[in-house]
Amino acid sequence: MIRLTGLTKRFGATPVLNGIDLTIEQGERVVVIGPSGTGKSTLLRCINFLDRPEAGTIQVGDLTVDAAHASRAQILGLRRRTAFVFQNYALFANKTARQNITEALVTVQRRPRAEAEARADAILAETGLTEKADSFPAALSGGQQQRVGIGRAMALDADLMLFDEPTSALDPEWVGEVLDLMRRVAERRQTMLIVTHEMQFAREIADRVIFMDGGRIVEQGPPAQIFEAPQDERTRSFLRRVTR
Amino acid sequence: MLGLVPILLGYLPLTLFMAVLSMACALVLASLLAMERVARIPVLDGIVVLFISFFRGTPLLVQLFLFYYGLPQVMPFLTNMTGVQAAIIGLTLHFSAYMAESIRAAIIGVDRSQWEAAEAVGMTRTQMMGRIVLPQAARVAAPTLVNYFIDMIKSTSLAFTLGVTEMMGATQKEAAGSFLYFEAFIVVALIYWAIVEALSFAQKRLEFSLNRAFTR
Repeated sequence: MIRLTGLTKRFGATPVLNGIDLTIEQGERVVVIGPSGTGKSTLLRCINFLDRPEAGTIQVGDLTVDAAHASRAQILGLRRRTAFVFQNYALFANKTARQNITEALVTVQRRPRAEAEARADAILAETGLTEKADSFPAALSGGQQQRVGIGRAMALDADLMLFDEPTSALDPEWVGEVLDLMRRVAERRQTMLIVTHEMQFAREIADRVIFMDGGRIVEQGPPAQIFEAPQDERTRSFLRRVTR
Repeated sequence: MLGLVPILLGYLPLTLFMAVLSMACALVLASLLAMERVARIPVLDGIVVLFISFFRGTPLLVQLFLFYYGLPQVMPFLTNMTGVQAAIIGLTLHFSAYMAESIRAAIIGVDRSQWEAAEAVGMTRTQMMGRIVLPQAARVAAPTLVNYFIDMIKSTSLAFTLGVTEMMGATQKEAAGSFLYFEAFIVVALIYWAIVEALSFAQKRLEFSLNRAFTR
């Protein structure tokens, strides 16, 4: 189970997260929507301390961290219980597709190389990238790079997978294949927290949709409720704008 | 004149020994200095900045004289230091200061999102630097570092001022013994030139292999 309480983050004097409380059950798939600049990405980045929250607690599985007094070991612990998919893929440019997946399995999880490579090959097959196993990121299309990025995150067997606008940087022609892969991940009841602007996708795969505005959770509920019968005026006006 | 070539080449191993050993030590030291400059560890950062400033701000020849002739007067345990040792220490410190700056620039040049990706998969700082950042920084820094190595090889000739008979020292002796100054110095110049040309060829091969991952 994932539990955030009172998670607070400011950039200088500007508050970005205003005490976020959120509980995510094991196997739950939660999609975060909302206008840009409302702290959606920051929320994800605070959970694994890519951005350092000022206050609040973060619980992932058996580890609970007080954000204000997080030790280096605790931060490492959170990162090793979560996996992150970046908007701009952020693949290791000096590693092949296969090495991008095996890297953390070998260096962080200390798994035997043969086992890590078998796992990587299974994931490459699943993501349709077997032929690209030995290609470096520079030689892959945006869609292929992001599939490797998701594969790298899948391989970690994390308690929570975080997706930070995984299709926003993609050319439209590659969006479909990336969403298809995310659908397959979701079908396995992997616990997921996804920030996206793909409303149709959110409606399909989410167990719960969260609408954020101004660093707060304004409204949340099953996709049918949020998309068909939003309660808050801000949610309604946002959905009118994005669904036209 | 050509008779000089084998004589001088006999001293080439010592020249190369000083250059290679100094370069290896300088690479290690410069990487440490560069990583400190990126991490900005309190107190240590001030010392590193001062170190780089001093060794970039004073002539190599002055530094060599300071190590070999000066320091033993205030630190008696250095009295037994040989000219070769002093030259290697001097070259190492001097060039590490320059190389630290180019390595630092190369480290900063590595795409920030890859640092984050390394953190996100749970790597320690050491793993991140060693597995992801430094290998990519090496590619960027390689041409400059080879340049410094070329400079280093030529700078070993200054060891002759510390009484070391390396290639330059041997040339000086041959020239003084035969009065054939032009012949002696043109031969030694050509030998240095040939070494540097060979190195430039190796540089192209090195860059090709380092760039392998980044070409389509």
